[in-house]
Amino acid sequence: MSKVIVVTSGKGGVGKTTTSAAFATGLASKGYKTVVIDFDVGLRNLDLIMGVERRVVYDFVNVINGESGLKQSLIKDKRVDNLYILPASQTRDKDALTAKGVESVINELKQEGFEYIVCDSPAGIEKGAFMALYFADEAIVVTNPEVSSVRDSDRILGILQSKSKKAEEGGSVKEHLLITRYSPQRVNDGEMLSVEDILDILAIPLLGVIPESEAVLQASNQGNPVILETKSTAGQAYDDVVSRFLGETIEHRFLDVEKQGFFKRLFG
Amino acid sequence: MGLFDLFRQNKKTSANKAKERLQILIAHERVNRDGPDYLPQLRHDIMQAIRKYVSIDDDQVKVQIEKGRGYDVLELNVTLPDD
Ligand SMILES: Nc1ncnc2c1ncn2[C@@H]1O[C@H](COP(=O)(O)OP(=O)(O)OP(=O)(O)O)[C@@H](O)[C@H]1O
Ligand SMILES: [Mg+2]
Repeated sequence: MSKVIVVTSGKGGVGKTTTSAAFATGLASKGYKTVVIDFDVGLRNLDLIMGVERRVVYDFVNVINGESGLKQSLIKDKRVDNLYILPASQTRDKDALTAKGVESVINELKQEGFEYIVCDSPAGIEKGAFMALYFADEAIVVTNPEVSSVRDSDRILGILQSKSKKAEEGGSVKEHLLITRYSPQRVNDGEMLSVEDILDILAIPLLGVIPESEAVLQASNQGNPVILETKSTAGQAYDDVVSRFLGETIEHRFLDVEKQGFFKRLFG
Repeated sequence: MGLFDLFRQNKKTSANKAKERLQILIAHERVNRDGPDYLPQLRHDIMQAIRKYVSIDDDQVKVQIEKGRGYDVLELNVTLPDD
């Protein structure tokens, strides 16, 4: 059995690629054969976040156009077994991704025994984002605690519920909410929407909350998925997300201001 | 809930404001997207028609499509001002 999971958001820059890299790495670490596909045609970035930018030879569009085979286009991760990356193309041709082409690549990945196919969606609600979500069984909707991001998430949910293949066939894509860049201090100060606020509005199951963390930038500087930074709060939160996705019951962490925060503010 | 939280709840923080605005906006957007494409224009035309006779606010008119078995119902709900 293989599952197609889209990481999507509507709004740009909320943490889709960070999440796709961390999530796919986490699934593979737990022993599942996993591939993460960059759907951001023209603005490839997943390769950088995964630290494989110098190993890209062929890309997603090459495979679709039959210019390269799937196997020779997949980049095998050197840190984690079972993890493969399919980079996006740098072409400016917006129509490079066709539904037929995407479907055939996904089907071939399934035949190759991939258990999880993670699709890193581009921002927006245009063709690229649509292609990334169309074949999904499940969706991780990445949302920042901020008005425009929440609104765009709701729009993407509307699209998942009406325009996905699952929806067209009378079924539904399983939805997960992932709140990222969460800052408990700012929530406490009344400056930022809380987890409860966002859940009240979007009303879909919460998969996890990733705190705002300096480790994310540092990990991306080094081309390391942040989940491998096991000491960082963001890395740990992503690890919880993967376990929860796989069915474990794990309490949400990093939702409250750190206990020693008070002293830090006094003496730090 | 501590005393501190009680104060916080009563205070109109910017996060509270954000939540309120989002709830109203998203409720509107959901009605529009779930319905047929002509719904926003229909709603607009109905508003214009009513405004010939009484003055009403945007949020006093609800236009909705209720899905039924084998048929849909156009639901129109207009709250008229007092007096
Ligand atoms: N939890 C976090 N804490 C701090 N910074 C973060 C966090 N998550 C993401 N970022 C930062 O936010 C920026 C955008 O992240 P990312 O590229 O993953 O977003 P995206 O949704 O894929 O963007 P795009 O829509 O352009 O594809 C990056 O600079 C990243 O380092
Ligand atoms: Mg991205």
